[in-house]
Amino acid sequence: MKSLHARKHDLASVDNQLKFLNNGIFENGKLDSFEKQLLKSGRWPLKPTELEIFQINLGYMCNQTCKHCHVDAGPDRKEIMTRDTMQLCLDVLRNTQVHTLDLTGGAPEMNPDFRWFVEEAVKTGVEEIIVRSNLTIILANPKYHDLPDFFKKHKIRVVSSLPYYKKSKTDRQRGDGVFDKSIRALTMLNELGYGKPETGLVLDLVYNPSGAFLPGDQLSLENDFKKSLLAEFEITFNHLFTITNLPISRFLEYLVASENYEDYMESLVMAFNPLTVDGLMCRNTISIDWKGFLYDCDFNQMLEIKVAAKGSEHISAWNIDALAKRNIMTNQHCFGCTAGAGSSCQGTTA
Amino acid sequence: MSSKTYYDPADLKKFGDISEWNEKLGTKFFDWYDEVFKDGALTAREKSLIALAVSHAIQCPYCIDAYTSDTLKKGCSEEEMMEAVHVAGAIRGGASLVHGVQMMNKAKKLSM
Repeated sequence: MKSLHARKHDLASVDNQLKFLNNGIFENGKLDSFEKQLLKSGRWPLKPTELEIFQINLGYMCNQTCKHCHVDAGPDRKEIMTRDTMQLCLDVLRNTQVHTLDLTGGAPEMNPDFRWFVEEAVKTGVEEIIVRSNLTIILANPKYHDLPDFFKKHKIRVVSSLPYYKKSKTDRQRGDGVFDKSIRALTMLNELGYGKPETGLVLDLVYNPSGAFLPGDQLSLENDFKKSLLAEFEITFNHLFTITNLPISRFLEYLVASENYEDYMESLVMAFNPLTVDGLMCRNTISIDWKGFLYDCDFNQMLEIKVAAKGSEHISAWNIDALAKRNIMTNQHCFGCTAGAGSSCQGTTA
Repeated sequence: MSSKTYYDPADLKKFGDISEWNEKLGTKFFDWYDEVFKDGALTAREKSLIALAVSHAIQCPYCIDAYTSDTLKKGCSEEEMMEAVHVAGAIRGGASLVHGVQMMNKAKKLSM
């Protein structure tokens, strides 16, 4: 499978995705828009809290082409952050109160300056560095085999996608052979102490539903994952984060092709929970793309909806006061983060 | 009636509307229903698999739709879901076959 971008698919266009999200069931007023729902619950405009997390997307290149990928990442995507842009991020990181640096992609490890960037980030004194690793990258090429040691050396918190504790569902979402390789990579991480008590080496897993349904209870799923992975593979990990698939990019393609779009969107709207709003990640995070532009979250980044802070939309023009006063940009995809118990890169929010 | 079939999938979302014509009983039913499916001596996951099996035993299309989604959401595997359906099938099949004893008793009574 190739990316939407490489296939020149209609939904590779952000404008077409936004048309999809704003027409249909929202067009005739059948369902309230996200903005209207926030207004009704007294939460509009959505404002940021104190900035705590920098989530930096090091590029859209990936060794996998997952069916649900909101980034439309894959081996055919060549967009990656340069060392110059990384340096701009480091300069800002050094002078902010941000306590967590969250590195994502694509496969962030495929950026040739990944290790340099992590080493420099450690020197800034940032409290926590997260790498969102797809696990299979560790086995994809001999040059990545020592990544677990590199992670351990810098006490990186590893957050890895594993949509299910069995092969069939995992491989259907992420590609043939991904489950077996993920298990091998998790074993390597466990052997170094990751996911083990009292090592301080944190290994978290991310669960995305493998289809057009919402995630179940996070704690119950975590218990199921822990029990099954331990019994079958002797694998341990720290936390499971459940993340709702947002109806954009390749997951939107899947929803439309499988004729699930309207029902799925309606289920997100019907499950709107105002209690999730306080913990939304867009409120304490800034997302930075490979070119250095700023967004309220990684999903807005993929829809090219930049922060509403005129003149401060790029890392080179960092202005924390302007960012603190901004209104967070929303659209119908935001219903994905407010459904049920809520969804964020750190799991549920309610 | 504009619908050409007795069952319309869109009607499932209107289940709550039954309270409109009897709010007291409707509310009591839905409160009880919500309570039934919470974690208890059985987990919510186990209850969802039971509900899926019962849905097949009573052949309720709405229930099959609802509890297929619910078991997936609760992280059940396709193997677990199909085993639940086989349990329903076995009970239904068994319910017919166990009456074979009644048939045999009667046949024996009538026969020389």
